[in-house]
Parts: sequence; structure tokens; C-alpha cells
Amino acid sequence: MERYYQKEIETADREQILAWQNERLVRQVSHVWDNVPYYRAKMEAKGVTPEDIQSVEDLHKLPFLTKDDLRDAYPYGLLAKPLKDCVRIQSTSGTTGRRVVAFYTQHDIDLWEDCCARAIMAAGGTDEDVCHVSYGYGLFTGGPGLNGGSHRVGCLTLPMSSGNTDRQLQFMVDLGATILCCTPSYAAYLAESIHERGLRDKIKLKAGIFGAEAWSEEMRQDIQNKLGIKAYDIYGLTETSGPGVSFECSEQTGMHINEDHFIAEIIDPDTGEVLPEGSKGELVFTSITKEAFPLLRYRTRDICVLSRKKCSCGRTHVKMSKPMGRSDDMLIIKGVNVFPSQIETVLLEQGYPANYQIIVDRINNSDTLEVMVEMSPENFSDNLGKITEMEKGLVSALKAMLGIYAKVRLVAPKSIARSEGKAVRVIDKRKI
Amino acid sequence: MTIPQISVFLENKAGQLADITGILSDNQVNMRAISIAETADYGVLRLIVDDASKASSILLEQGFILTMTPVVGVSVSDTPGGLSKVLGVISRAEIDVEYMYSVFGQKDGQACMIFRVADTEGLTELLEQSGIGTITGEALGIH
Repeated sequence: MERYYQKEIETADREQILAWQNERLVRQVSHVWDNVPYYRAKMEAKGVTPEDIQSVEDLHKLPFLTKDDLRDAYPYGLLAKPLKDCVRIQSTSGTTGRRVVAFYTQHDIDLWEDCCARAIMAAGGTDEDVCHVSYGYGLFTGGPGLNGGSHRVGCLTLPMSSGNTDRQLQFMVDLGATILCCTPSYAAYLAESIHERGLRDKIKLKAGIFGAEAWSEEMRQDIQNKLGIKAYDIYGLTETSGPGVSFECSEQTGMHINEDHFIAEIIDPDTGEVLPEGSKGELVFTSITKEAFPLLRYRTRDICVLSRKKCSCGRTHVKMSKPMGRSDDMLIIKGVNVFPSQIETVLLEQGYPANYQIIVDRINNSDTLEVMVEMSPENFSDNLGKITEMEKGLVSALKAMLGIYAKVRLVAPKSIARSEGKAVRVIDKRKI
Repeated sequence: MTIPQISVFLENKAGQLADITGILSDNQVNMRAISIAETADYGVLRLIVDDASKASSILLEQGFILTMTPVVGVSVSDTPGGLSKVLGVISRAEIDVEYMYSVFGQKDGQACMIFRVADTEGLTELLEQSGIGTITGEALGIH
């Protein structure tokens, strides 16, 4: 039997959803116009006023927001509520300029947690479940989001956060966790560990909610088989609140977007034109209920397809495919956003040539990042110790910038492959 | 009296060393001593050759990264305790040896070791005062 957290909303007919969207969009546009001078200036530059936006059909008239806007407006430029009304921030990893800081009123948090609660119930969760949350807690949205959703459903919540696998497994066994929330790669790692320690018969897991990084259908099958569970995908981004923007149901054929909170569009990433339904393109979100950080037409850079095919779960909200790629050069490694330009900045700061190659792979279900750097005459020494010292310095500078470990490999000059004179900066060997 | 040493960056992949020795051979450069220090991914090849300036310009032309460093050649008695005696003198003077290696062959019961220290002049002076003596490039066939 399909379970819903907010059945009337989740199974509302298309007309009802559109009515909500129309009303909320109009209200949101005037809220932004009145309170976010940064976006108002963008609207004015395009000759658009709130009066021009009467319904979802007018959405395309509004200007886009991109990560560059978030950088220009950092930290308060897109804030639409006085700070005294805000109760929380969440943030992405990365340094200033690439870091996203999102603000929440209590109302924003309530709605975000509702979205996560919908995902948990779609995965079969009830107040009798023990929900083991191994997403990171803190600035990262994963832990706080699913934690809040789990509370709303009434699950006994285990706020495990990430790391310390021994302790994770002990709690999972001793407290009989039934739902696991973490990144798919950590789920695969936990599955391996459970298998190796012969704990398969001692765990009570029935479902997993795995997001924050790309994973393949094969990986899903692998995790499902190893843990004897159903594995559900969940999608979100800090810019729009966090996980729970969309989530999978029992059909496992795409993620229902919570259309009462977000309007999704698919655009051509090159021209910005809105594409007809069913086309593959870049996903754009408009938050229509967020108070503190209401982004209008935010370009996610994720490439996917939307589908309104009737879903057997009874939910009527549009479904998005798993992201099939990016329309920018951002990499998601171990759930962390990495831009090649960040690596380039570190190399230049450390006195290395900006001639580098990034190799991303997935070994034993865990992402690896290797940076190939060409040795330069300035950095070379007859003393091997001095070279390894510099190498260590580069590794720590990369860690400080990216928040994750990157292996550095020093290579001979001019040994990094170039195609047609243009260096191939990123080699992503992951089969996702 | 110092000897010029060429250090070359080696990526740890098949054929790198053969490439370098091949280039030197094609250009009639004779090697007098060789040593390699390495990690899992890369290494430093250190060479003493008969014509360091010719060898370095050829290797640079071929795109290798290298550096020239003055090192000290030390005559060591080719008998048990020979090296120990030299190191004892250096150690008592509190001079740090970054690394050392030996030159191919020996002559009149004397082997030659190459020493790399920060203060080459200080080491040369110390060895002369101690009666150990240094070896000139000429004696090693270096011009």
C-alpha cells in the first residue's frame, strides 16, 4: 500500500497544482521585487515588472539566476527577509565565490522538512520505523534535511552523521535501523562492510534513501541485492533548500518534484529557451514558497528530462530523470561540488604551472580524485625530500580548497595529453 | 674543488631511464656515476658525466627538467672502515649529508664517493684539513 505524507497535495490533480503554482508564483515575484534589489535590477534590465507575471505561463519572461549571481550577491544579496526572521543557514562546501549560503526562516525549514518527510514515506516509512541518517550533519543539507523529515514522519531518528563505520554498524544492528539515509557510495560501502562482517542477518533495513551524488541503475541493483532493501533516489540542492526537491516513489522510475513548492522548467543551456515537455535539457527551478532565500529561475546546470506520464504510485507531481550530466564543468566527487577552476587556483598559488589534468574514478564504489601536475624547473630539486615536501603542501592546499582529499601525481613536463591544442582538463572514468 | 652533478626529473614509467641513457649514448656522453632516488610515482636521477654542459643542454633540448648542483668527490680507501672514517670526520664537524653515492670503479686502492651537502666549501676545507682530500673533476675524466 502506497503511503503519503500529504496525500491531498501529493495526489492533487494537475489543475489544482497549477492553481497553487499560479497563485504562489505571483506572490513570490512581488515578494522578491519588493525585498531583493539584486533581482529587481535584473528584472528591470529585462523590462519586466511583477504585473507581467500573472501565471506560470509568464515564467519565461523572468531573468535567470546562476551560480555567478550567488557569488556576486554573497552573502546577503539574495536574502528576502530581515535577518531577525531567519533561523538557520546551510551551505555548500567550497571557498568564497563558489560557496552557496542559503538562509531559512522557521517556515522555510518546516516546508523543507515536509518535502523530506514525503520522501521518507514514499520509501515506505512510518512512525514505527528507525531512520538511520548517515548524511553529514552541519552546514551540509543532507543530515539536517532528512533528520527533520524523519522527525515529521515520527520515525525514531538516529542522527549518525557520516564516518566511523564501526559505530554506524553497531547502532544499525543494536537499534534495528529500518531506513538508511546517506550517499549512494556510502551505502555501497556500508553494504560491503555488512557483507564482510557477516552482519547481513542481523540488520533490519528495508529501505534506503540515497542522494547528493550521481549513481547508476547498476549501483542501485547492487545495493538492493547486498542489503535486501529497496533503494530510492532523492534530489535537491542547497540553493533550493536541500534534499527533497524531488524523490522517488515505489515505481523507482524517476523523482517526483514537489511542484507545490518548486516550478521546474527544462531549457536549452546554450540559448536559455524553454524546451517542450519531454525534452532533454537543463533543469531550472523557481522556489514559490521559500521566504528567506527565494530563487527565481535558478539554473541548476543539471541536465535531465521531465515526464508527466501517469505514475502507478498515485502521485501526480511531475517526475524528473536522474541528472544525466552537467551543462557546466562542475564535478560532484564524494557528494562534494568541485570546479576545475578551484584546482587551477591552488596550483597557481603554489607556483605550479596551470597545466594539469583531473582524473576522477570510482573504485570500490567510492569516488577518487587525482590531480596530475606537470613538474616545472622552478619546483624541481636534486633533493627528493624537497619535492615530496612541496607535494604534501599541494595536497593540503587542495584539501583546504576543496574539502576532500586529492592525490597529487607529479608528471614530466608536456606529458599531459592535449587534443587539438586544447588541454583536456577532466577525465571522468566513473561509469554512472 | 667541486664536481658538477646533473639531476633529472623522472616520471615513474617504463622507458624513462632508457630514454635518457639512449640520448647520452647517441651524443657520446660518458657516465661516471649514477644514482636514483624515487617515490612510487616519480624519481630524481643524479648523474656525473664527462661533459656536464653538453649533457645538460642536450637533455634540456629534449624537454627534460633538470638542475645542476655542485657536489664534492671524496677519495675513500677501498678497505673495511674506509667510508666510516670519512663519515666520522664529517659527522664530528656537524655537517649534514643530504645524500651520497659512489663513482664507478676504483684506482690504486681508492674508491670515490660523491657527497651532496649544503656547504660544499666547508666540506672541502674540512676534508683537506683532515688529510682525506677531495677528488677533482679531471681525476674522474670530467672536462
